[in-house]
Amino acid sequence: MKLLTLAIWVPILAGLLVLATGGDKNAPLQRAIALVGAIFGFLVTIPLYTGFNPAQAGMQFVERVSWIPQFNVFYHLGVDGISVLFLLLNAFITVLVVIAGWTVIQSRVAQYMAAFLIMSGLLNGVFSALDGLLFYVFFEATLIPMFVIIGIWGGPNRVYAALKFFLYTLFGSLLMLVALLYLYNKSGGSFAIMDWWKLPLPLGAQLLLFFGLLFAFAVKVPMWPVHTWLPDAHTEAPTGGSVVLAAIMLKLGAYGFVRFTLPILPDASRELAWLMIALSLIAVVYIGLVALVQTDMKRLIAYSSISHMGFVTLGFFIFNSWGVEGALVQMISHGFISAAMFLCVGVMYDRMHSRNIADYGGVVNTMPKFAALMMLFAMANSGLPATSGFVGEFMVIMGAMKANFWVAFAAATTLVFGAAYTLWMYKRVIFGAVANDHVAKLEDLNGRETLVLGLLAFAVLAMGIWPLPFTEVMHASVNELLRHVALPKL
Amino acid sequence: MKTLYLLVPLAPLAGAIVAGLFGRAIGRAGAHWVTILSVLVSFIASCVIFADVLAGNTFNGSVYTWLTSGETRLEIGFLIDRLSALMMVVVTFVSLMVHVYTIGYMAGDPGYQRFFSYLSLFTFSMLMLVMANNFLQLFFGWEAVGLVSYLLIGFWYTRPSATYANLKAFLVNRVGDFGFLLGIALILSHFGTLSYAPVFDQAPGLAAGGGLPVTLICLLLFVGAMGKSAQFPLHVWLPDSMEGPTPISALIHAATMVTAGIFMVARMSPLFELSQAALSTVMVIGAITALSMGMVALTQFDIKRVVAYSTLSQLGYMTAALGASAYSAAMFHLMTHAFFKAVLFLAAGSVIIAMHHEQDMRRMGGLKRYMPWTYWTLLIGAIASAGIPPFAGFFSKDAIIEAVRLSGTPGAAFAYACVLACVFVTAAYTFRMVFMAFHGEPRFDPKHPPHESPAVVTIPLVLLAIPSVAAGWWIGSLVFGDYFGASILVRPEHASLAKMAADYRGLGGFILHGLATPPFWLAVAGIAAAWYLYRVRTDLPGRIARAFGPLYALVERKYGFDELYSIVFAAGARAIGTGFWKGGDQGTIDGFMVNGSARLVGWFSGVVRLLQSGLVYWYAFMMIFGVCAMYALVKYRVFG
Repeated sequence: MKLLTLAIWVPILAGLLVLATGGDKNAPLQRAIALVGAIFGFLVTIPLYTGFNPAQAGMQFVERVSWIPQFNVFYHLGVDGISVLFLLLNAFITVLVVIAGWTVIQSRVAQYMAAFLIMSGLLNGVFSALDGLLFYVFFEATLIPMFVIIGIWGGPNRVYAALKFFLYTLFGSLLMLVALLYLYNKSGGSFAIMDWWKLPLPLGAQLLLFFGLLFAFAVKVPMWPVHTWLPDAHTEAPTGGSVVLAAIMLKLGAYGFVRFTLPILPDASRELAWLMIALSLIAVVYIGLVALVQTDMKRLIAYSSISHMGFVTLGFFIFNSWGVEGALVQMISHGFISAAMFLCVGVMYDRMHSRNIADYGGVVNTMPKFAALMMLFAMANSGLPATSGFVGEFMVIMGAMKANFWVAFAAATTLVFGAAYTLWMYKRVIFGAVANDHVAKLEDLNGRETLVLGLLAFAVLAMGIWPLPFTEVMHASVNELLRHVALPKL
Repeated sequence: MKTLYLLVPLAPLAGAIVAGLFGRAIGRAGAHWVTILSVLVSFIASCVIFADVLAGNTFNGSVYTWLTSGETRLEIGFLIDRLSALMMVVVTFVSLMVHVYTIGYMAGDPGYQRFFSYLSLFTFSMLMLVMANNFLQLFFGWEAVGLVSYLLIGFWYTRPSATYANLKAFLVNRVGDFGFLLGIALILSHFGTLSYAPVFDQAPGLAAGGGLPVTLICLLLFVGAMGKSAQFPLHVWLPDSMEGPTPISALIHAATMVTAGIFMVARMSPLFELSQAALSTVMVIGAITALSMGMVALTQFDIKRVVAYSTLSQLGYMTAALGASAYSAAMFHLMTHAFFKAVLFLAAGSVIIAMHHEQDMRRMGGLKRYMPWTYWTLLIGAIASAGIPPFAGFFSKDAIIEAVRLSGTPGAAFAYACVLACVFVTAAYTFRMVFMAFHGEPRFDPKHPPHESPAVVTIPLVLLAIPSVAAGWWIGSLVFGDYFGASILVRPEHASLAKMAADYRGLGGFILHGLATPPFWLAVAGIAAAWYLYRVRTDLPGRIARAFGPLYALVERKYGFDELYSIVFAAGARAIGTGFWKGGDQGTIDGFMVNGSARLVGWFSGVVRLLQSGLVYWYAFMMIFGVCAMYALVKYRVFG
């Protein structure tokens, strides 16, 4: 069984099938096909975890077929302990997004569902590509559905946001293409990422390549100061778009660091670790403070995302197992929590058509079930133990302490900032007396919303109470990665 | 036995889940029965374990592996020894009483089931904290009790003051936890493990190589304790936490959660013993808290706030005792305080219901006649609190004061002065409350006289009043005996309690000795002063307040810490955040760099567009100019 091919192409084919069913009059059928496709797409990723051999550091489920023989390009797929969980996360989130858009999206249903399914397949491609050019193609292709999603189903300022998103990321990835072509030449005409890991490179070249890749990945993460596209994109995107953007797309940049930057450019990585750590800490502290003063819920959560992703880049560049594994855990956990937070805002937006904190107040009075679930996610966003949000932050702080006290000190301020901006928003939106007539008329969660948020709540708690199943698949690959980073290859 | 250990925390958790998720299905009675039974099971199991521990059995083992990374394995596990067993019994007993009391107190509340669910969830979290055998689980419990405290302070979520107070409590606690987590990270990076036993084993070795890391670890851990146990200057959240319903003020903000910091330091005695600097800090902070917060209690009129400031002050005593290496005395005071403070809170709550949610003592008076059960139990709590023999508080407080006096830790003289002065203050504010609320002429509306509370309220009061008297008689084995055994470590140079133990001649001797020392007479003087000021010359307090004008106002305003923090931290963080957002993100990054580069491209294309005018003569002119220029370049060999 070519599981990775299935993981990529099942959702894409399902998406194309949905598109083929025509206009909105077939909406019920389209939704059904999308759901079946998404669920099937999730099911085919499960054997990737159950069949994964955690003792083995190298790539598993490898597929390799020639694609463009003239340039030595292969359709080369495989996963290791670092990437395998992201396929599952992505497929899981796709199911939720399809369910969450069930009734909210009433126009161009087929296109909406298809965009998400196709994007899901492309994202799986990014996480499993072992050929540099294939990776680049998938990496860039994911922009298109997201651009469409924001541009069509987005809010009033969607065109500005979509363009900003597109140009920002496209500009970044052009520099990456140059870097990939350089590596192709240096390695004597190979696009295989694994070959590049063994490629000796002088420090000067490594530094240039580092910055070339950095821009592409930093924009995606996003790292300070190339983050300003994200709040705009999030606020204008429809709920599903925000969910996939935060839960999966942001991870592409971070994934790029572990797949390319660290193993291919270990000397440059060590040389510039101070810079990456500094930028990450700025993300944690600066963005944490900016999040505090936001008046728009989605913008607040977008800033919170940036701050949490700061932990990811911080973890990678402290070069120990706590840091790297913590960063990977943080990526997965952030996938659950940010998805849940955006869905929560979506639930309220669907009813009130406002994202303004000031328009709310006392929601708990009319939506107690919703308030309870959102409390859980808010606490997870604040990094409370026994939720997944704690695990990654905890591990990264532990790793940072091994590196330097003050780095850990700055990172740990998130305990205060994260709680401050999340719970202050929660207080103003959820607590209090009923603020106005619109709030008074709110209806609590329906079955579908409860299902979606309930599944995420389960994931958040399970990962917080017992993170071992998530981390034990990582160990071998992370140790291998750390070995690569420690080896000079000048 | 391991099953029984698991049962202790898991029973309340199950109760909390049932009451929380199926509250509507099982109804009000169902909710209180399921949670009360689950806590009862937990209490009985704790008692069995306690007996087993007394018989000499201890346990230190893991339940499951939480995480592995690198060489380290982090586990969830239990350490059952004399220290944790004592805490388990105290926590489950007080929790059980509060559960029963809640039936009466929350009778008419629409959030009845939710409240019971929170109470049981709290009990679970606190037990996990107490039973932990590693720092990770300790932190889990630590944050989890903080969460439940947050939920319960904001229980009446429509009140702005309640949701303000719970956010404040959570954030101030998070400041403490920030230090606590850094301390844990330091422990992991120095010792490579988070289990207590190996850390304690390796700690002397680390200290031998230089005291700084151990001192830093202890101070950071203590920052956590300052948050949770509301020590100066992180005390600001506790008075506001009184916004929560009174049962939780008794359970969480007096008897159990706020003592978690005390318990933690006692548990970490093998670490703190290695750092004189850390012990000094602990003692001085505790002494400052004790006296300064006791002073505030003298100026408050809200009956719950008086008790709340009293709690702060008593926590200060415990902390000072920890600093004097009198860990067992601190734990002893923790236990007696849990009982008598729970009585004071629950009795205050009983008054509040009877007075139709009036909390201002200026509108009470003469309640003794209307509420005899409440009065007598509160009086017992008050006497115990003031430290009059043979009530529980006398023994524990006297042991602490004596230990601080004998301590050789730097700062002990200052601490001794503070805790001694505080004895007078404690007795004064406690009996000020007794006299103002229960004696004298009624100042409430005579048309709505108060009634004694129902049995579900008075029975827990009586059951808690009994140990408020008798728990102190246990001093012989708990403080001067070897009850704690190996669970608390005191180095010989800090053994002030051992010195006292050598002179200990039984309960009677201790009381007689107490009658001959200043603390007892200070307590009597405090009661007398309260009696004189609030029964005889009731005009005097107001005149004193006016005479000390600004000074009085400063104390009454809690030394202005709320205002200071709200300006410096809350407003400051918002101002910086706004600056970063408007100036950094919108101004510099978006305005200058992003949109600036778009403008640059626009400007550049505008310039280029000028060249492509579409006019033939312009192109012809440019061509001729170009040819001439090229000719000139070749002719004069510009390119060499």
